[in-house]
Amino acid sequence: MPSIARNALILAAVMSGAVVSAPASAQNEQFIPILSYRTGPYAVNGAPYANGVIDYYNLINERDGGINDVKILIEECETGYATDKGVECYERLKSKGPTGAAFINPLSTGITFALTEKTAADKIPIITMGYGRADSKNGAVFPYNFPMLGTYWSAADIAIQHVAKELGGFDKLKGKKISLLYHDSPYGKEPIPMLQVLAQKYGFEFTPIPVTHPGVEQKSQWLAIRQNRPDYVLVWGWGVMNSTAVKEAAAVAYPREKMIGVWWSGAEPDVTPAGDQAIGYKSLMLQHGAGRFPVHADIEKYVYAKGKGSTEPGKVGEVLYNRGIVNAMLGVEGIRKAQEKFGQKPLTGEQVRWGLENLNLSEARIKELGFEGMLKPIRISCSDHEGTRDGRVQQWDGKSWKIISDWYTADEALIDPLVREVSMKYAADKKIQPRECSKES
Amino acid sequence: MIALGQFLEVLIGGLMSGVLYSLVALGFVLIFKASGVFNFAQGAMVLLAGLALVRALDLLVANGFPLWAAIVLGIGFSAVIMATTAWLIERFVIGPLVNQDGLTLFMSTIGVTFVIEGAAEMIFGSDVYPLRLFPTDAWFVLEGLFPGGILVNKLDVWGALIAGILVAGLALFFQRTKTGRALRAVADDHLAAHSVGIPISWIWFVVWLAAGLVALVAATVWGTKLGVQFSITFLALKALPVLIIGGLTSIPGAIAGGLIVGAGEKIAEVYLGPSIGGGIEYWFAYVLALAVLLVRPQGLFGERIIERV
Repeated sequence: MPSIARNALILAAVMSGAVVSAPASAQNEQFIPILSYRTGPYAVNGAPYANGVIDYYNLINERDGGINDVKILIEECETGYATDKGVECYERLKSKGPTGAAFINPLSTGITFALTEKTAADKIPIITMGYGRADSKNGAVFPYNFPMLGTYWSAADIAIQHVAKELGGFDKLKGKKISLLYHDSPYGKEPIPMLQVLAQKYGFEFTPIPVTHPGVEQKSQWLAIRQNRPDYVLVWGWGVMNSTAVKEAAAVAYPREKMIGVWWSGAEPDVTPAGDQAIGYKSLMLQHGAGRFPVHADIEKYVYAKGKGSTEPGKVGEVLYNRGIVNAMLGVEGIRKAQEKFGQKPLTGEQVRWGLENLNLSEARIKELGFEGMLKPIRISCSDHEGTRDGRVQQWDGKSWKIISDWYTADEALIDPLVREVSMKYAADKKIQPRECSKES
Repeated sequence: MIALGQFLEVLIGGLMSGVLYSLVALGFVLIFKASGVFNFAQGAMVLLAGLALVRALDLLVANGFPLWAAIVLGIGFSAVIMATTAWLIERFVIGPLVNQDGLTLFMSTIGVTFVIEGAAEMIFGSDVYPLRLFPTDAWFVLEGLFPGGILVNKLDVWGALIAGILVAGLALFFQRTKTGRALRAVADDHLAAHSVGIPISWIWFVVWLAAGLVALVAATVWGTKLGVQFSITFLALKALPVLIIGGLTSIPGAIAGGLIVGAGEKIAEVYLGPSIGGGIEYWFAYVLALAVLLVRPQGLFGERIIERV
């Protein structure tokens, strides 16, 4: 078992809270904490994501000597996907490095909810790419939250757009039954308000079905689905819940082609345990999917060839690994943007927040970064911390994910009123005076 | 007729799920019955046994072994791992704590849980490892009577068969063998058993080994159902209400408790859940357990302990 030594080393390092990269803090280093989970029920999804994040930071250090010569200093902290541990990790790491944490990325909607007020008070951006609070798209109310690339409300709309396309038009949604099988947590509950709006608009019958953490037992939910016979089942799961859902669907003979997972329910560990039973299962893509692109060639050349890779080379390019490098890249580019204004030196979270809010990655820049084919251009602004809301749909063929749709763009006309309503209610509850975005530069 | 068919399907599905919970609960009962220790580590032992089995199986198949030989050798390897674990637990945890009170021993098994979980993932990896030892598709029975028939999962049936064989085997072991009787004597009183010449260290090793082998059996079924992965350890939480209802000292009680929990939680989730928001099956099992505790604290099949005061 060749991976034993590697597993042992990584786990030992993480569980002891060890520094993964530079051994000691120097003055010209930008500190970025990594909240990860390599143990516990969600490790199968958390570990590849963390590996992608770390490999990208290592790439920047090894290939470029840092961000404009400012080396990235990282420290990983194990949250186990638990909100209390996530908050603990944040408190421990937020002040490290010469200027404190540049930003935080908790990879957990629950931790995001718990940290939203703290990060705003500490002036540290919280990047929640493809997850977190959907209402935090409104940067006027949530200046430090960045749900880049897509919120769960965008995901819900894209999923329904795809269902409508399969049925032959939005008018065909009327009278159809669509169930949401969701992780009974802030993450799983997040799309419900948007799906209710969509159900009302298009006239489909919407049924939310909760699954208790971690999701190992879903028999009753699937027996209910077998009895109710919904036309589609949307899956908002994480970790073991996803593969269990696919297996239980097979057990009750529910067609996998009628299941559409969110982009956190569409990675390799979500389907491989189910074997052939997963064939036909679909999921949304947070723009990118699996596969290798020019950035991966650089990672192999500058990181893995030097023996500094975080995972087995065969896992480079898997869905969640790629999501990790995309997330890390957006953070790095936010810092780079902030350096344009504040100088090429380690920056504070408040300065990085400005960089993230003014991030504008064009097609040419994305190509230059080696992400061509993975991402579309993204432009963040004060009023739009999501930046872009495009997605595609992929389908598992038993061996790999195949892209089966064109690009969808979530309908802002539907989403924005809900964003405004919920975010303004939050502002009123917390006595926050929303910024006037027209006056921001 | 449709409603009756649906109810029967939920009931049968629940009973079958309950049997799978019983497979995990049996490990708890075995150790408690034989040593008086409430072994919180049973879920972790299922994980360890499953990981050892599936990783060995994958390695052997990748090296050209025929599947049947890989399964036999893989089970053998996993059994050796569980025997080693049993020896280590007896030697370094339970042995030094002989004659300590039950709470101390219980706390020590919580420590053992975390050590086993960490070590298992460290040695064998933390991915999801598919295991396909049993069929996982379903039969649809009584299709002539109920539209769409009643769904019966083949894996659940295998689980029930295996649980039945285990219960019969364990009952024979405890009632008919010298070692089994010695185990019961040690459970009643460590020191008294020791004073009449029963080797406590050996007996405890045997009982932890037996629990390890039961964990291996549970891992084959649950690993096929979920894939072998960390989440298997959560099964310990599903086994707790089973134990409370069935009684900590009764092997048939573990089965009966499993059936009650399985059927109760599934019926509650399907018929009561939608009206109160759903997601109730986890805590509903504990509601059932609390109800039993109120009327029969030792569980439906547990031994009533009478102490002179």
